[in-house]
Amino acid sequence: MSRTGVERATARIAVGLAITTVAALGLAGTYIAGGQSQVEGVLLALALGSLGYAFVVGSKHLLPRGPFVEERTELASTPEEQLAFAKDFDAFLQPGEPLARRKFLLRMLGAAAGALGIAALFPIASLGPDPDNKLKVTKWRKGARVVDEQGELVRVNTLKVGGALTVFPEGHLDAADSQAILIRAQSQPFTTRPGREHWTPEGYVAYSKICTHAGCPVGLYQRQLQRLLCPCHQSTFEVLEGAKPVFGPATRSLPQLPLMVDDEGVLRARRDFDSPVGPGFWDRDR
Amino acid sequence: MITRRIARWIDDRVGAASLAKKALDKVFPDHWSFMLGELALYSFVLLILPGVYLTFFFVPSSREVVYHGSYAPLRGVHMSEAYRSTLQISFDVRAGLVMRQIHHWAALVFVGASVAHLMRIFFTGAFRRPREANWIIGLTMLLLAMANGFTGYSLPDDLLSGTGLRIAYSIVLSIPLVGERLAFLIFGGEFPTKDIISRLFVIHILIVPVAIGILISVHLALVARQKHTQFAGPGRTEHNVVGSKLWPTFTAKTIGLMFFVFAALSALGGLVQVNPVWLYGPFVPAAVSAGSQPDWYLGWLEGALRVMPPWEIRAFGFEIPNPFYPGVLLPGLFFGVLYLWPFLEARFTKDHEEHHLVERPRDRPLRTALGMAGLTLVAIFFFAGGNDIIASQFNLSINGVTWAFRVLLIVAPPVVGLLTYRICKELTARGVPPETPPAFEEIVRTPSGGFVEAEPTPH
Repeated sequence: MSRTGVERATARIAVGLAITTVAALGLAGTYIAGGQSQVEGVLLALALGSLGYAFVVGSKHLLPRGPFVEERTELASTPEEQLAFAKDFDAFLQPGEPLARRKFLLRMLGAAAGALGIAALFPIASLGPDPDNKLKVTKWRKGARVVDEQGELVRVNTLKVGGALTVFPEGHLDAADSQAILIRAQSQPFTTRPGREHWTPEGYVAYSKICTHAGCPVGLYQRQLQRLLCPCHQSTFEVLEGAKPVFGPATRSLPQLPLMVDDEGVLRARRDFDSPVGPGFWDRDR
Repeated sequence: MITRRIARWIDDRVGAASLAKKALDKVFPDHWSFMLGELALYSFVLLILPGVYLTFFFVPSSREVVYHGSYAPLRGVHMSEAYRSTLQISFDVRAGLVMRQIHHWAALVFVGASVAHLMRIFFTGAFRRPREANWIIGLTMLLLAMANGFTGYSLPDDLLSGTGLRIAYSIVLSIPLVGERLAFLIFGGEFPTKDIISRLFVIHILIVPVAIGILISVHLALVARQKHTQFAGPGRTEHNVVGSKLWPTFTAKTIGLMFFVFAALSALGGLVQVNPVWLYGPFVPAAVSAGSQPDWYLGWLEGALRVMPPWEIRAFGFEIPNPFYPGVLLPGLFFGVLYLWPFLEARFTKDHEEHHLVERPRDRPLRTALGMAGLTLVAIFFFAGGNDIIASQFNLSINGVTWAFRVLLIVAPPVVGLLTYRICKELTARGVPPETPPAFEEIVRTPSGGFVEAEPTPH
């Protein structure tokens, strides 16, 4: 390393360390003055970057460069060493040792440890309730009145044709599995699928809002196409045909909620959804 | 002087001088690609510092509160305590936002550097005997890092993270036989639950970081024991390591690198907004926003979920639902193959020898080609995760874009693999000069006038 090279490096390191000091003081000052994210980030980057610069320049110009050579030693031990280790490890099993003739104690130790291990696993079950049929039912009951997200009753004149609304069963605004998308698809009742006659009073149709693919709320109602689109993975459902999937990864229709209108013009559910809501699971159809 | 006295005081009691000297003299080979692992290490270090700071302010609770803080657009809105405390960190805790953003950026870079490091190890064959264990540990750390990234960005309980949790719940639910039970155990019931935020918090700040910390220690201990690999070159053999000594040159260099990493992440944290949760609003089960994307390292799985055709297996009233294949089977197979790779390769090449010299990718055309094909697959899945953004930005049909990705997934990996194979073969055939200058012999004239070859010296 030439003399001038060392001197140049010394100067660069000195500048780097000086910048670090100034930037660090500025950082403290910024905090005292009330803090400002961008300024803090820049000053911190300046302080740390100059410090890194000083170290790198130092390692390049002021420290022994080598290259140095280190020999590799054999990683594996010699067979003799391995044998000697095994002998020491098995010392308690050597002939004449009490345990050599009582190996059943070791087996019992294994069994005891295993039993303890299994017993210790049981408390894990407390982490969650038994699913039972929780995934198969919602809070919609026969005659449940339909309310919007604010809890306001939905009446037959609430939506114009082409309107859509997220609804819940009355008294269960926090029941996430019961959320449904209510659409006034037409002005007249229609049949989404054979066997579902009279489910769409005044053209109102309601489907579970939980995508049958991965559970996202199927939030986008495409009025012109009469389709529902899930913004997460683009599963698309046909509103007039029982919300059958027509594009994307979903394999099942959105469950439909049978609707009716009571004497006061309030929308009510005839019963729960026609099938379990939400994404698929192992025994969903059983 | 004082350090020498402290050193002597310690050595008098534990006698570590000879061991410590050996450690100081340890040689590390110099190559830029060997710093990728260090990048990952230092971003992990920088995760911890602001991370601990954040725990002093974050409240891991789903309890519903009303916001009255300084971010006007959300005043009066009902939200969880977790979301409110995240807003407080961002707007009301002095230095809170920069800490939060550095922490998030460090996480993104940690996974990125880990992936780059993994690719270096893969394409140079550094996973071969005797380093199979470190390959497995490294992959495990990558999985843990991805898991902790996910738990981390789920904590604020904003609308985006709630959507991510919901998809994660659906993927767990899709596992045959045990999915239902498992999902209820993890989440504490049917989604959405009150328990999940506090559970994620414990996983995020205790369980996974401790596991990663332990694995990093073992990872580095194994590197120290087995010594670092090196590229072939003059003076470099299977039986030595040529480079800088740990002390002082390598230490100074790597500390410099550490500060560069810290500096870059600080600049990002200060200047580049990341995860602005206040724009997403609090999690509401019935709401979702379009264009929802996870952090980058889960993008490939998001893409796989999107391009998966509407297929699933049903029989006798049982089913293996659609999200299982892209959400569980795909990453399971992908990481399964990666975990087994050192053993599969040893078996197919019948090469069970120890290797301390790493290879250039071109020297192993088949491995490089297969690696590039796999990488292509993941990359296409990743871009497919933005199919809605691509469709809206370029005014294309979302269905068309999705179909294009499905076709690309079948066509592109083999094409890239074949091309890579050809290029590797061409490069080796042309005998492109290696990066290091060829060895030269040093001829020394003896006092008697003769010439002898000097001992070869490393360069």
